[in-house]
Amino acid sequence: MKTKLAWLGLLPFAAYLVLFLLLPTLLAIFSGFSDGKGALTLSNLSILIDPVVSSTFMASATISAITALVGAVIGALVCWALTGLSPQSAVRRIVDAAASVLAQFGGVMLAFAFIATMGAQSLLRLWLDDTLGWDIYADGVWLYQLPGLILPYLYFQIPLMIITFFPAIDRLRPQWVEASATLGAGLWDYWRHIGLPVLAPSFLGALLLLFANSFSSYATAAALISQGAQIVPLQIRAALIGETGASNVSYAGVLALGMILLMSLIMGLYSLVMKRAARWQS
Amino acid sequence: MSRTISTAPPMWARRTILLVIGVIFLLPLLAMAEFTLRSTTGGHSLEHWLSLAELQGQRQYRALTQGLGNSLVLSLLTLGMVQLLFAPTIVWIHLRFPRLERMLDLLTVLPIAIPAIAMVVGFAPVYRYIGRTLGSGEWTLFLAYGVLVLPFAYRTIATDLQGMDARVLSEAARTLGASWATVYFKVLVPGLRRGLVSASLLTIAIVMGEFTVASLLSRTTFQTGLLQISQTDPFIAVLCSLLSLIIMFVLLAAVSFMGNTGARRPLPTKPTKDTAHV
Repeated sequence: MKTKLAWLGLLPFAAYLVLFLLLPTLLAIFSGFSDGKGALTLSNLSILIDPVVSSTFMASATISAITALVGAVIGALVCWALTGLSPQSAVRRIVDAAASVLAQFGGVMLAFAFIATMGAQSLLRLWLDDTLGWDIYADGVWLYQLPGLILPYLYFQIPLMIITFFPAIDRLRPQWVEASATLGAGLWDYWRHIGLPVLAPSFLGALLLLFANSFSSYATAAALISQGAQIVPLQIRAALIGETGASNVSYAGVLALGMILLMSLIMGLYSLVMKRAARWQS
Repeated sequence: MSRTISTAPPMWARRTILLVIGVIFLLPLLAMAEFTLRSTTGGHSLEHWLSLAELQGQRQYRALTQGLGNSLVLSLLTLGMVQLLFAPTIVWIHLRFPRLERMLDLLTVLPIAIPAIAMVVGFAPVYRYIGRTLGSGEWTLFLAYGVLVLPFAYRTIATDLQGMDARVLSEAARTLGASWATVYFKVLVPGLRRGLVSASLLTIAIVMGEFTVASLLSRTTFQTGLLQISQTDPFIAVLCSLLSLIIMFVLLAAVSFMGNTGARRPLPTKPTKDTAHV
């Protein structure tokens, strides 16, 4: 009886999760298999091999790969710079706090920030043009096109790298460099044979996380690129709001399914890589 | 000899890296500030900041003021759900059904693993049904926002629960004759305060910044309002973004600083205001 009452306490939360987490997830997955009349079909899946759709997936993957790679390298550099500071130092705590805030920063306001920074009328653009004679928009204003996403995305990718990768670099044991020095190794030997190999799995894991983060970002792109379907999230928007005629739920469903599959793949790889990372660092 | 070896960069390199990155990251914020000071007639002035007080009630800014109001209501509703439904249930599961915790771990990763833009495809039919039964008001969005907030709320509360030996504490209190309500409010909540406050601040930050779900379900919130206003008055849109950014920075930096400093603080010994009357 007592346990029955205890179970009762879970009921509201469980009901909520079923209705607003599991049901939407299943609906998102299965709307890709719906023929629009309530029956299930596999014919929609052919959308995924449609040239337009696969080129959008490629565009998304390219943007994600670029921002993940650049973000990871710069972020790792900042992490390395931070290792010289004591955990109590003000700089380290400020970077820590700023990174955890900026990693969440995205969307409309990020888009505005970059329009103000490097839009056609921005001080930066005018200054570069006047002093260096370098017109960044000589070939047209690319901020509102696909390449324009890269810098705004880096604005949250680098901080995300800092918060995910710093714990790994911070856990490198000082004894290792001492031991290697006793054996006659220089600093470069240490990094080449010990430091970097130990950090490699964590770096790869963070890279995957950044890739997934960029691939699933919608709001920033939506605010910068008001029309068209250059990347997968924008293609879902176009299908949902019916930019190309009537809204097409099963089309959006297949795209969502494609994204979910890709995310599961990345998350699977991530957990494998992190297991490897835990071998030397746990 | 070995002590002098450091894997950290030399001081000049460290300073250069941090300075360059710091300046690059400050640039967009400074550019926003500069943009809001631009006068419509050329030159710089405070006119856009001064016009802020008169926005309320002006027709052309209705999307923004209504959106802000809606987002504030949504923050409160989502906050209510986090505090009154999520937190007690997470604690209840920790105390009585430890075996379910693994499942909860997995479930609460879902909203992070599944992009919001894919989730919207599933929310759309749910909200079509809600529109027919509860109406198409903005307030119903809090039900979807709860899901977006859940991973963050769960993580912060669960970390605190692990750290405070909640099971032992509650057993001790129960043996001494305390009711479950007393255990929750007088024993656990004081220890969980840091996690609960973090979860609340994160909730507000996420709801106020949410765009994806609101815009694709055609609801007016702060972010969709901002985007709409930016087409007619970019100055006010950027100004409001800058203001809310500063507020969110302070909120979220508070969360992160709390995480740094309060982790090992002993439990408060005397009951504080909001638990005393329970």
